[in-house]
Amino acid sequence: MSDTPIDVRNADGQAAGRAAPDNYLTHARGFRSWAFTLDHKRIGVMYLVSLLFFFFLGGMLAMLIRAELVEPGMQIVSKSRYNELFTLHGAIMIFLVVIPGIPVALGNFVLPLMLGARDVAFPKLNLASYYLYVAGALFMLAAIAFGGVDTGWTFYTPYSTTTNTNVVPVVFGVFILGFSSIFTGLNFIVTIHKLRPPGMNWFRMPLFLWSLYATAIIQVLATPVLGITLLLLIVERAFHIGIFDSALGGDPVLFQHFFWFYSHPAVYIMILPAMGVISEVIPTFSRKHIFGYGAIAASSIAIAVLSFLVWGHHMFVSGQSDLGNMIFSAFTFAVAIPSAVKVFNWLATMYKGSIALQTPMLYALSFLFLFGIGGMTGLFLATLSTDVHLHDTYFVVAHFHYVIMGGTMIAFFAGLHYWWPKMTGRMYSERLGALSAWLVFIGFNLTFFPQFVMGAHGMPRRYADYPAQFEPYHLLSSIGAFLMAAAFFLMAGYLLHALRRGRPAPPNPWGSATLEWQCASPPPYDNFAVTPQAGDPYDLERLRYDAARGWYDPDEDAKSAGGAGGAA
Amino acid sequence: MMTEGMQAAAESPSGEPSARTVHGARAHVSSLRELAAVLAALLALTALTVAAARVDLGSWNLFIALGIASVKVLLVVLFFMHLRYDRPFHGIVFLAAILFVMLFVGLVLVDTSAYQSNLIPGYAPALEESEAPQQPAPAAQQPGSAPAPSQPPSGAQ
Amino acid sequence: MHDRESSSLAHGEHPPHLQHHFSDEQQQLDSDKLGMWLFLVSEILLFGGLFCVYANYRAHHPEVFIYAHRYLDTTLGGINTVVLICSSFTMAWAVRAAQLGQRRALVTLLALTLLAGLTFLGIKSVEYEAKWKHGLLWGTHYRPVAEEPAAPGSASGGAAPTAAAPTPAPAPTPASVPAATGAQSSGAGQPLRQGGQWIVEHSLIPRAAQGPAGLASGLAASQPVEPGQIVEQPKNVQVFFAVYFAMTGLHAIHVIAGMVVIAIMLLLALRGRFDDGYYTPVDLTGLFWHLVDVIWIFLFPLLYLIR
Repeated sequence: MSDTPIDVRNADGQAAGRAAPDNYLTHARGFRSWAFTLDHKRIGVMYLVSLLFFFFLGGMLAMLIRAELVEPGMQIVSKSRYNELFTLHGAIMIFLVVIPGIPVALGNFVLPLMLGARDVAFPKLNLASYYLYVAGALFMLAAIAFGGVDTGWTFYTPYSTTTNTNVVPVVFGVFILGFSSIFTGLNFIVTIHKLRPPGMNWFRMPLFLWSLYATAIIQVLATPVLGITLLLLIVERAFHIGIFDSALGGDPVLFQHFFWFYSHPAVYIMILPAMGVISEVIPTFSRKHIFGYGAIAASSIAIAVLSFLVWGHHMFVSGQSDLGNMIFSAFTFAVAIPSAVKVFNWLATMYKGSIALQTPMLYALSFLFLFGIGGMTGLFLATLSTDVHLHDTYFVVAHFHYVIMGGTMIAFFAGLHYWWPKMTGRMYSERLGALSAWLVFIGFNLTFFPQFVMGAHGMPRRYADYPAQFEPYHLLSSIGAFLMAAAFFLMAGYLLHALRRGRPAPPNPWGSATLEWQCASPPPYDNFAVTPQAGDPYDLERLRYDAARGWYDPDEDAKSAGGAGGAA
Repeated sequence: MMTEGMQAAAESPSGEPSARTVHGARAHVSSLRELAAVLAALLALTALTVAAARVDLGSWNLFIALGIASVKVLLVVLFFMHLRYDRPFHGIVFLAAILFVMLFVGLVLVDTSAYQSNLIPGYAPALEESEAPQQPAPAAQQPGSAPAPSQPPSGAQ
Repeated sequence: MHDRESSSLAHGEHPPHLQHHFSDEQQQLDSDKLGMWLFLVSEILLFGGLFCVYANYRAHHPEVFIYAHRYLDTTLGGINTVVLICSSFTMAWAVRAAQLGQRRALVTLLALTLLAGLTFLGIKSVEYEAKWKHGLLWGTHYRPVAEEPAAPGSASGGAAPTAAAPTPAPAPTPASVPAATGAQSSGAGQPLRQGGQWIVEHSLIPRAAQGPAGLASGLAASQPVEPGQIVEQPKNVQVFFAVYFAMTGLHAIHVIAGMVVIAIMLLLALRGRFDDGYYTPVDLTGLFWHLVDVIWIFLFPLLYLIR
């Protein structure tokens, strides 16, 4: 272990850039140092790159869909091919991008640093999670290559058990991805329980960690049910076991119960970490302590628990009993409450704060707006009487894109831009970042808001063709989609440019008080030579802004327990 | 067998250490007597549950069987799996898993129990009496009530 | 305090099995155990799905379960239960041996546990083979057949000349247990085919007044069934076997996986990798194996001991 820990107190931004001190990226080189790494930061980076690749792939499928839907009639693909397009768009985005999402791409990197720890509790398991992710992804890609699946990403029986497309490889890939998710959740729970530094009790943890913890609980409890569901589906197709086949005495609606028992908590796996990112970004860019820390922490756990009680709201028109319908509708209204609690706390945090409209904050503000719309439109769907009309229309499509994309993905980009300096040691172009954020926001609303309207007017989802009355909406939506795609390409451009030519990043460019900003950017291989002392993670007053250099001075209060002082 | 740096803690009546520190980690060592007692209890309960199954107690049979099974599981979990001597949080974790399984099974049962099963005559005979009387069996119905029970109706494959 | 300075010393100066990101062995041991318990939680939820399938079908089609479970051999199931319980005992003892540094005992006990696992799988394969032979499978593969007349003493009190037991022939037939009077026989009634209808040799379906609620109406005969009487079997009996094979199949896969891990532990123990300072892998393996036992403890009454 020959790397010299970076002495933050003497860090000089410009000099660090030229002297290129040893960090986790330079610590070891070569393919094998990455392929067999146990370093959580490298694993996080590998996840991030994979995730962005699959976001690109899923996005291209979306572009094909939107291109096809510009006009009525089939112009680009056949109808059965269209079914495959939306199935794979959904499956890739859900299982390869959004569910792994923030926990693996950002959480892996940031979690141990926020704890002042050296790594997660089980580094080898972490690497295994990544390889399971890759294996699952390969199975799904193989299915695309060999003909695709047309069941919709929800794989409802009896169609999924009888269609002659390649259901089994995709479903098996998802099964493997499930275990990747379980192991990641397991790892995070143990890490948060066991590897907190001295002084960091549960209520001094950054809220991002609370959200990762709540997410991990859902991952460990819910994902196995998906596992057994998919296993039964595979066995059904291979051996005709008959559990979901009504002709053999089975119950197809039981599949839906099984599937949604996981997939509803899964959407909270998607949104909770996103909310955690927002809980970090908003205080930092408002220069103000988070308002209602306890309420936000408690609401994360409340969401995790309540999320298990609402799955039937996907089945209101599937033959579910009236009693079941009423129970699930009531609980669905309840689960909206903790989310609203968070939104109010964030707004209160911003109130009378000193708001800096930098790129992460722009995305955070977008989140508040878009997630707000997404969440409130969910109430229309939770109401039994309106859901009967809105189920399986574009209203539902718009709702979940607002929460998943407008919520999770926007928060993902907020977090990406927030932690980018830490991860790469480079700053990106703030102007292009802001431009891209605006374009994404405008493009997103242009894409999905018309879908609410046409859904309310009856446009069904998963339809390749439609009557002429819906054409204006589809046209607007497709234009928005192309605008969004352009914005994402712009983002890719300036981020890649920053990797090479960006201004070297200081340890704490944004002035946050959480522990990951106490090490250099990028961090050294073993994170911290000495465990930092944890204080209040939102006490921003104690950080001084150095106007001459344009960054925040190191946090003097986060001394190590052993007090190495000065030069390490 | 003590290595350097270890200390034996208080000894149980059987003369073996009941808790050891191992290079600084405390771990409980089960006594053979305890393990054997649990084994005996488990075997006895197995015999009991088989015997109970031979007695017809109506719907109580299921609850008795599940009750005995739960006691057996508790014994295995508490003693073989050391949960009795472990950190309480591990117990909470285990309990949470059981609770969620019960939640899942329970809520799904609530829903499926309220299905209208009388739509296909003869499909769910056990429930038919409790449903409101309905449609007369149409002529061209599924192969539902025809007596040829030795072959299941041909599948929809 | 978790001062990492002391644990970043050269390898020889700190416990050999302490990983670099943990500050002391207690933390590592606690983390490993918690991690294993969380993994067990995911396994419990995995099987929980199958218990949900079971619960649903049994709640709504009890007649299927009561009818079809007789094809399962309770004796073999009971033996398997005993085998697994004993293997849990040997595994727990093995963990104790590892904690006390008793290498020879550890190896022996791990080997015994493996042996018990093998026995379990052996008995299971006997049962599966019998099901296969008699066509008692799932879904569309459910085509029950009766055997040719075998040993005359196969049925206690069986009188019909074509009587033969579609129950596992090589194993001690449960019918060797003398059928009690009335509705109390524990083993297999011996339904067999005769021209598309089924003859119930020993009826286990009690009369309407005695039976479980709603059951009597479940069979075409709402009048009591007498031995030798022709009845219909309930619809969709194959559902029971679908559930049976799904549950015991997944369980068997876990038994195999557990045995693989125990075998690895055995090899490591033979090489002297464990001592009283380091035995965590054995401990964690034990936890997994006990879970396999726990699941079977629930499966046995639910599948074999239905009334």
